[in-house]
Amino acid sequence: MTAARTLATARRVLLQLRHDPRTIALMLLVPCVLETLLRLVYAHHRAVFDQAGAPLLAFFPLTTVFLVTSIALLRERVTGTLERLLASPLGRLELLGGYALSFGLVATAQAIVVCALTLGPLGLRVQGPVALLVVLAVCVALLGTGLGLLASAFARTEFQVVQFFPLIILPQLLLCGLLVARDRMPSVLHAISDVLPLSYAVDGMHHLSRQAGAGGAVSADIAIVLAFAAGALVLGAATLRRQTD
Amino acid sequence: MTRRPAPSRGDAVRFERVSVERGGRTVLHDVDASFAAARVTGLFGPSGSGKSTLIRAIAGVQSRVRGSITVLGERPGSVAVRRELGYMTQSPSVYEDLTVAENVRYFAAIRGGEIGDVLERVQLSSQADQLVRSLSGGQRTRVSLATALVGWSAASDGGASVGWSAASDGGASVGRPRLVLLDEPTVGLDPLLRRDLWHLFGELAAAGSALLVSSHVLDEARHCDEVILLREGRIVAQLSPAELCARTGTDDLDEAFIRLIEPR
Repeated sequence: MTAARTLATARRVLLQLRHDPRTIALMLLVPCVLETLLRLVYAHHRAVFDQAGAPLLAFFPLTTVFLVTSIALLRERVTGTLERLLASPLGRLELLGGYALSFGLVATAQAIVVCALTLGPLGLRVQGPVALLVVLAVCVALLGTGLGLLASAFARTEFQVVQFFPLIILPQLLLCGLLVARDRMPSVLHAISDVLPLSYAVDGMHHLSRQAGAGGAVSADIAIVLAFAAGALVLGAATLRRQTD
Repeated sequence: MTRRPAPSRGDAVRFERVSVERGGRTVLHDVDASFAAARVTGLFGPSGSGKSTLIRAIAGVQSRVRGSITVLGERPGSVAVRRELGYMTQSPSVYEDLTVAENVRYFAAIRGGEIGDVLERVQLSSQADQLVRSLSGGQRTRVSLATALVGWSAASDGGASVGWSAASDGGASVGRPRLVLLDEPTVGLDPLLRRDLWHLFGELAAAGSALLVSSHVLDEARHCDEVILLREGRIVAQLSPAELCARTGTDDLDEAFIRLIEPR
């Protein structure tokens, strides 16, 4: 794996985004709109906003980045650029690494904007360090990139790839501990939630919102989320077939 | 029809009893063929005759290939081959949301080489900063062609020959791919531009590259050193354009092809 080809790919993906300013605007603004809505919905229940606000800071980047990445790679497949890349010296992990790097950068910008809004004007109260909150949000976005690239390996059309969103992301939302605490779920569901990455992201966010000295626990959650992201990338590279029919 | 000296090295590509199945149908039947370096080999045949499948098999991106294919002495799709390969797919596969220059720069970067004068050669210099999305079909085809021809630094030539642009105009030495696969690069282009591009292909071959260029316009066979005629997944003939005319008794290449596949 060479850094030069990964960087060139990341640069190319970012240039594509730069020529599509509406997508950048949507990626930055949609999570802000959603957090604002949440704040307004719970205008008279501040405690609920404080409890759900932070976990949703992890969930929103997961959704936007998952969708954008899975469709970006599918578009490469449909337009034939992927076939050319696979016939070039570019390695599969270099290609996916380039995607992870570029969308990771966009996700960092997204996380900073939405965290600034939510912790500032919206007044979300958290006990733990704010920097860790941003780092966790970025790591979840990287997970979204990994899962998006992996999902797109199993999709041949746009219709198929958007169906992976409710299939891969929504069950994680139901089981991550946001609706019902994970230790109060039926044991089978709890066991399933233990192998889903969003559970750890939400655990980390819960720690951050409730405990001042949660740095260690949160770091462990961040490490687990990153491991899932890396695993999804490697699996995505492994499932990317050089030869097609 | 320019004649070039016979290649000093072995075949650039060799097929031995190669069959390919696509969508439950056999698209190539027991194909035996080879073509040499420093040559422009034309691949002709009606649509659906298997031209793209044959090119994809050489590029190493076609699944369900039976038989044996050797590319530059290696297996198709191996890292060594991918480093030496310029490949243009049939539909112009470039990034529509990038400019012409950004596309060319990216493909050069992943091969670790330079852009050189490729945009001038495909006559797109004045469109360099335009988004591909805003270009005509013929212009997109040329962007696609340019991205297949960029990115070989002079060092990757291994000293075997001078760069291809150096060979033509004595300019700066730019590297070249050893094997160039072009799937219908001249479709939809005006006659003047087609002539210029075939001239460019000839220069690349003169500098030592092996070119396989597909087309369904038989008239373009006159620009090739050798033509392979494909029909329903089988090779009908492999010969020089002159031999084609001699064997069929006509100078009209369209007519020659018809006589070859429908002997009276």
